[in-house]
Amino acid sequence: MTDSGTFRSSPPRARMASVPVLSGTGGVLVTGICGRLGKQLARALHRDRHVVGVDRRPFHDMPKDITHAQVDIRRKKLKDVFRAGDIEAVVHLGVMHDPRASAAEHHSWNVAGFTKLLEYVSQFRIPKLVVLSSANVYGPQPSNPQFLTEEAPLLGGQNFSDIRDLVEVDMLAQSFFWKLPETETVILRPVHILGSVHNAPSNFLRLDPVVTVMGFDPMVQVVHQTDVVHAIELALRPGIRGIFNVAGPEPVPLSRYIKMLGRQKIGVPYSLARLVMRRMWSLRLTTFPAPELDHIRYVCMVDDSRARQVLGFAPKMSLEETVQSVDEGRW
Amino acid sequence: MALARLGASARHAPAIVKRLAGVADDAADEALESLLGESFASRMAKVPLTLGPSGVDAFGLDPEWTKYVVLTVATLHRKYFRTEIHGIENIPTGKVLLVANHSGQIPIDGALIAASLLMDANPPRFVRAMVEKWALSLPFVSLFFTRVGQVVGVPENAQRLLAQGEVLLVFPEGTRGIAKTFDQRYKLTEFGLGFMRLAMETGTPIVPVAVVGGEEQYISVANVEAVAKLLRAPVFPIIPQLFLPGGQLPLPTKYRLWFGEPMRFSGDPDDDDAVIEEKVWLVRQTIQAMVNRGLKERKHIFW
Repeated sequence: MTDSGTFRSSPPRARMASVPVLSGTGGVLVTGICGRLGKQLARALHRDRHVVGVDRRPFHDMPKDITHAQVDIRRKKLKDVFRAGDIEAVVHLGVMHDPRASAAEHHSWNVAGFTKLLEYVSQFRIPKLVVLSSANVYGPQPSNPQFLTEEAPLLGGQNFSDIRDLVEVDMLAQSFFWKLPETETVILRPVHILGSVHNAPSNFLRLDPVVTVMGFDPMVQVVHQTDVVHAIELALRPGIRGIFNVAGPEPVPLSRYIKMLGRQKIGVPYSLARLVMRRMWSLRLTTFPAPELDHIRYVCMVDDSRARQVLGFAPKMSLEETVQSVDEGRW
Repeated sequence: MALARLGASARHAPAIVKRLAGVADDAADEALESLLGESFASRMAKVPLTLGPSGVDAFGLDPEWTKYVVLTVATLHRKYFRTEIHGIENIPTGKVLLVANHSGQIPIDGALIAASLLMDANPPRFVRAMVEKWALSLPFVSLFFTRVGQVVGVPENAQRLLAQGEVLLVFPEGTRGIAKTFDQRYKLTEFGLGFMRLAMETGTPIVPVAVVGGEEQYISVANVEAVAKLLRAPVFPIIPQLFLPGGQLPLPTKYRLWFGEPMRFSGDPDDDDAVIEEKVWLVRQTIQAMVNRGLKERKHIFW
């Protein structure tokens, strides 16, 4: 694991005049703001706080009071955004999950980009950092306990090398948590997020017919996009720090989700499924890499009692609403 | 009903198949009612279970599936093995760890213990056995085990189930016990220590269970280690009866189960192996004594 960050405090010649105070009302910098989750978060926050967006993509239909910097977080231009001041919290949504990007691009973005971001958080003494990780870092395997706690080892990268980047981001954030106690670092690990987002679980449930692995029907947890936004809002409050698993309504077998959406189901033997997925993947005909088949074979569920007790989180969307959300506004 | 659901998923199956499925389902219900003395639904209603919104519990247990499994095992319990049960009233309510000797090449002993707790215990209990993780990597097998409530054998799962007040069944002999050769029958092999640490950590009473009748159902004359290693299996038993016509079924021995009085252990669960071994020895001796007594009282193997 590359630990290229030495989180030095700001050198004397660039010391800021004042250290931001964590009041819960100051400016929030959101990376990855142009994603569907980012936009929803921006809309939830912008009335009460100044939102500064950072994304390589342009922000269409942006509310007037949001400042958007179309910047790659690996470039030095990001520092100008910080220098402009008034940033009390950073929410990092900009973790690249797109498996179609090359491994080098992935790594450069996630690890190098995040390290740069952390350097600025440290340099400008930002008192709050929220990192959106994922329950996928635990990895689905047959030896998993039914409900994984935050202390469980991050084994997601064992069979699926692409997820190692995400694991590394999570570990960098954990390392930052300890190295810089002046910043309240929060790491959120939500289970499969469903909603208007175009992520793997939502796309999977949008298939018709849905392809499953024959002979497997694991219990699965999902959480609604809106509930994740709510969790981030709770994490931004002063005094909250640490790692939190975030889960939605009660777990239900995979076949049940498929039935709720009224889709047809096709069971394919694992060896055949893996073969077909690998071939389709190499021909770029699918966005699902073959190791993700493990998610529809084995359990990867979390114990969210810490989020409920410490964060005060409770999912507001029901099971039906969460599942049906994948069909709403498909664009 | 799971059978009706299977019928429904074959959406274009002709109506006659659906009617047959319905008829089979009713026949199963009746057979089960005669074995249990009451309908399956009312028996399961007495078992403390927490089911989620889709009718399965957090571990994937589905009472609809268990109905057909219970029917099969209950039939074996009463008609084939004609199981005799002693001391089932010793099982306390709330969380319990059942510790038993293992025998018989295939875990019929586990199935019969579970059936006893559902059929003869009052209140009826649903037993959770710990399965090997490789079983959960197999298609259909993993689904089957999950739907009848058996969970992967990791400490976190065991602790969570015990905290819910459930009954856990453990065979500390493991593969060593189940694959004994005939000359070693009823001599308990070494016990693993994990169950004792679990019991001490969670404050769970241990009920020793002695199973007599399992060793004679499949008679293994030898264990060929070389072949086992070649096949990467834990054991390779030589069972002559398998070559006889109809010998693939287990011999219809008369199973006898003894449930002992609950044993409670306290202390530091992270103590040295030596300290834990002493406590485990106590449990092992208790079960061995119960087995020996049962063998002495037994006049015939098959009736």
